[in-house]
Amino acid sequence: MSLKDKSAIVGLGYTDQGKVPGRSALSFYLEASRNAADDAGLSIKGIDGIIIEPCPTDPRISAFGLAQEMGLELKFGADEQVQGASAGAIMQHAAMAVDAGLCDYCLCAFADTSYSSPSAGGVVYQAGGGINAAYGMFGVAASYAMIARRYMHEYGATSRQFGAVSVAFRHHASLNPRAQFRTPITIEDHQESRWVVEPLRLLDCCPVHDGGRAYIVTTPERARHLRQPPVYIMGFGQGHPFSDPLRRKTLTVTGAVQSGKTAFGMAGITPADVDVCAIYDAFSFIVPLQLEDLGFCKKGEGADFVQNGRIMLGGVLPVNTSGGLLSEVYLQGWVGTHEAVAQLRGDCGPRQVPGARIALLTSSGGALSEHATVILRR
Amino acid sequence: MSSKIQKPLPRVDELHRPFWEAARRHELVLQRCRKCASYRYPAGPTCPECVSDELEWTRVSGRGTVFTWTVFHRAYHPAFADEVPYAVVAVELVEGPRMLTNLLDCLPADIKIGMPVEVVFEDVTEEIRLPKFRPVSR
Ligand SMILES: [Zn+2]
Repeated sequence: MSLKDKSAIVGLGYTDQGKVPGRSALSFYLEASRNAADDAGLSIKGIDGIIIEPCPTDPRISAFGLAQEMGLELKFGADEQVQGASAGAIMQHAAMAVDAGLCDYCLCAFADTSYSSPSAGGVVYQAGGGINAAYGMFGVAASYAMIARRYMHEYGATSRQFGAVSVAFRHHASLNPRAQFRTPITIEDHQESRWVVEPLRLLDCCPVHDGGRAYIVTTPERARHLRQPPVYIMGFGQGHPFSDPLRRKTLTVTGAVQSGKTAFGMAGITPADVDVCAIYDAFSFIVPLQLEDLGFCKKGEGADFVQNGRIMLGGVLPVNTSGGLLSEVYLQGWVGTHEAVAQLRGDCGPRQVPGARIALLTSSGGALSEHATVILRR
Repeated sequence: MSSKIQKPLPRVDELHRPFWEAARRHELVLQRCRKCASYRYPAGPTCPECVSDELEWTRVSGRGTVFTWTVFHRAYHPAFADEVPYAVVAVELVEGPRMLTNLLDCLPADIKIGMPVEVVFEDVTEEIRLPKFRPVSR
């Protein structure tokens, strides 16, 4: 039995985000959870299932510990580690859980304190060890840089073309009061920004941040009696290439091929039906790469596709209308889940895509290692 | 030299001991599957192609081509401070597996995908001779 339209997202929880010193990860999980329940018009005591993405800076926090802090005895719970792909992967697991009747209201949450936590300060995302460190290979950005280099080599993509992604998302962020980086930038700003790891420049890379996010998934019947217009989960899928990019047959085909195929198959739609996208954008160039793997354009044409305002508000396919990870905030895939739902509710004010009915979101972990796609409709 | 900050050294554990012992003789060895003849790198307990655990360390050619690379413009470890900008390169060996490494005798600006390279060993310590690569003319 297909899970198309068998579940809905009914609550979104945000917290202060960006540079938020002096807060524990647990406090972000709790605040985001309360806010998601309030948004849904649901008592927090109605939550009977929880799935969390473990916090990068405090992995001891579990779904069960969070439940205990809220006085909840759960029917269903899990700590689901799919790296950056967790937000989308957890949504799929929650959809299965409510459809199966394992729980009625599944709260899904994440928190990070990588900006302010003294034990972290980005170290989590710069880890390096073993033989790689002997060669000076540090940080996940360098793995992405190696993938970007192959993309440029195989398809002729250029740094300047990647810049169009950063410029578009910064424009969107300028319309989003929650965004951390709201000053518009130009392609020249991008081209003049320093190398982080060549061929990636500073404006190709997302920062690390503090904050929490939560959303609530329930059945369509329950969703119709809550405060917000339900956003239905139409289709979803996953695709997971090898964790070590160098062991993959190719660096330029992502897990989006498989996760997109499964998701579009379940939803029974094609890319042409999608009104707005939230594409995981820890690095600019992975946006065109995923768009082509999802079928929004032909393989190898993604870098051309993202030019000339096509992915900007008003373009043929608005992408990352919140500013994304590059300009709104780095809270992994949870930035995309929330913006996709907000667009379908019509809650986005000056950055609203008029009449948006169908949204596609992706989340991606490791070095394009784990991948999840979810298609939503209002 | 002795006052300089040491670069991080790989840990020589049971799994990798044959690799480092061969490196001391300036030989590059990889695990090869007795069942399906595939090579694997990095080292591990099974052959991912056929999931056999009958692997044997086998000397390989040490030749390959540059598959991709990146250039670090900042040192994330103090021992690399004098070397920025420096390149980290992935070499695809003729036997198949790809190795992360550095290129000797080649500036970052001169690196090209597909350029032929061969292994050379850098004597780091008595125990560790680190396989690196250098360009070869075709
Ligand atoms: Zn085998």
